[in-house]
Amino acid sequence: MRRVSLALLVGALVCLCFAGCGGTETGGSGERKVITVKGSDTMVILGQRWAEEYMNKNPGISIQVTGGGSGTGIAALINGATDICESSRPMKEKEKQDIRARHGKEVKEIPVALDGLAIYVHHSNPIQSITRAQLKSIYRGRLSNWRELGWENAQIVTYSRENNSGTYVFFKEHILDNEDFAENVQTLPGTAAIVNAVANDRRSIGYGGIAYSTGIRAVPVVGKEGGEAVSPSLETVQSGKYPLSRNLYFYTAGEPLGHIKEFINWVLSDEGQKTCDQVGYYPLKKQ
Amino acid sequence: MRSSRLLSPEKTIEGKLLQKFRGAERLTDRLAAVLIKGCAFVAIVALVLIFVFIGKEALPIFTSPEVRTEADLGKLLLPQPERGFVWQPVSERPAYSILPLLAGTLKATIIAVVFAVPLAVAAALFTSEFATPWAREVIKPAIEILAGIPSVVVGFFCLMVLAGWLQSAFGWTYRLNATTAGIGLSLAVIPIVYTVSEDAFSSVPQRFRDGSVAMGASRWQTAWRVVLPGASPGVLAACVLGFGRAIGETMIVLMASGNAAVLSWSASDSIRTFSATIAAELGEVVMGSPHYHVLFFIGAFLFVLTFFINLTGQWWVGRLQKKLRGGS
Repeated sequence: MRRVSLALLVGALVCLCFAGCGGTETGGSGERKVITVKGSDTMVILGQRWAEEYMNKNPGISIQVTGGGSGTGIAALINGATDICESSRPMKEKEKQDIRARHGKEVKEIPVALDGLAIYVHHSNPIQSITRAQLKSIYRGRLSNWRELGWENAQIVTYSRENNSGTYVFFKEHILDNEDFAENVQTLPGTAAIVNAVANDRRSIGYGGIAYSTGIRAVPVVGKEGGEAVSPSLETVQSGKYPLSRNLYFYTAGEPLGHIKEFINWVLSDEGQKTCDQVGYYPLKKQ
Repeated sequence: MRSSRLLSPEKTIEGKLLQKFRGAERLTDRLAAVLIKGCAFVAIVALVLIFVFIGKEALPIFTSPEVRTEADLGKLLLPQPERGFVWQPVSERPAYSILPLLAGTLKATIIAVVFAVPLAVAAALFTSEFATPWAREVIKPAIEILAGIPSVVVGFFCLMVLAGWLQSAFGWTYRLNATTAGIGLSLAVIPIVYTVSEDAFSSVPQRFRDGSVAMGASRWQTAWRVVLPGASPGVLAACVLGFGRAIGETMIVLMASGNAAVLSWSASDSIRTFSATIAAELGEVVMGSPHYHVLFFIGAFLFVLTFFINLTGQWWVGRLQKKLRGGS
């Protein structure tokens, strides 16, 4: 008798566990008009500001913005766990295929803002500029002393983002030409952590969005050999003169519809684009 | 009348009541027993389910030919041509050597334990043997509050403050390294080791101390040669628990270790641990990719590692207990 009741109990528990696992997929878009936005850590602040302003104007809509990294957002879009994916890098062909396979819809790519990737150094670091080639050597581990850049004899301490970050992928593609980071490159979770680490370490170098550049110095970057050093600013990023500028994207599975479309249209309007400025990013160039 | 009632008295009315009551008691007893057993079973069922889930996701490392072309056990553990031991999962040519991660995990854990155990055991010995009741009332809760600080806060403290102090004190090249992470971890380990060994010290019978003092030993000699050996199984159990906590702790190492998968003996190099790797990378992997299965393999490996450490610890504790009992 006791055995039977115990077996029943355990059985019931197991069933409960499975029922719990199966039940999580439901919910999401109901009648309350919820829009979920997930992805790039770089874009979290921007997305949240957009959401706040839009929700103030449209009380019937609730927008939930979360970060986690562009890769996380894209994975969520593939798995159908978010309406809009924020990404600081263009989606890869394979990821687009995954969405096609899962949902039978084409991915819609919408550039929503511009960002310049700043190269951070400690504010006491005197170097005037840095070239793309030098950056590559530093992060590949071939150039490891500040003396070679005309400063004191000290080892360069390199900081990078975790590999789930769009910033990481952008840097890897545009600076490292898709080669691997050196193994002693330290990776930190989030741009804020990198800014913090660089601000506390005078021999270090890091990279991240311009919006975060407080407490450190953004070094002007030379794109091509013999070119001029350009600091990140509205003009240089919008004109594409700054070598490390990029688009920030919204992605949806299929054409956005209904209230999601309205939100995206508002983001692309003058009013929405004004928000970029306030958070430290750049509005898209007007066509 | 009176005598006749006394002849078979309790067996008639009160006796029956008592029997009834006993019957009910037995039923509630049984119910409680089943309930408590059920609770214990929930833990076991959860454990088994978790292990089955992790194991299932890690299995393709051994079975799926698709995954094995990129990552099989040999590629995970043996040096690869030209590259050696490299953890480079997001790459044109992905490399999944888990040895740098294992080395990093062990370095941080050992540093944490070496740092935390003497401190925590000494503090526990002090509070149980020497401290005035007033001091005990302050120290004990203070250390226990340390356990309540969220590890992400400890990690942030290490990143912001501790790393700077340690770097300026030792002149390290890397601010964030194995030692910084280890000391950060020890903040999480100390409360556990302290609490468990304090319990062990206070459960040493008072007569041991009385006997020792009666023989002319000083308080210090009593504490060091009688109480500490008497509580050694408990202290050892505390260390094992602390080790388990350190090896699985995630946020502190994620923030304070630098997360560079470097294979070296130096305690001032950056490290990348198993738990931090899972935390940082599991969010973005494509489900079903080799990288995904490797991360689950790491999870399973960590699970088995802690399981065996606990098992060895328990065996050792049991041996110590037997030895103590045999001696007395």
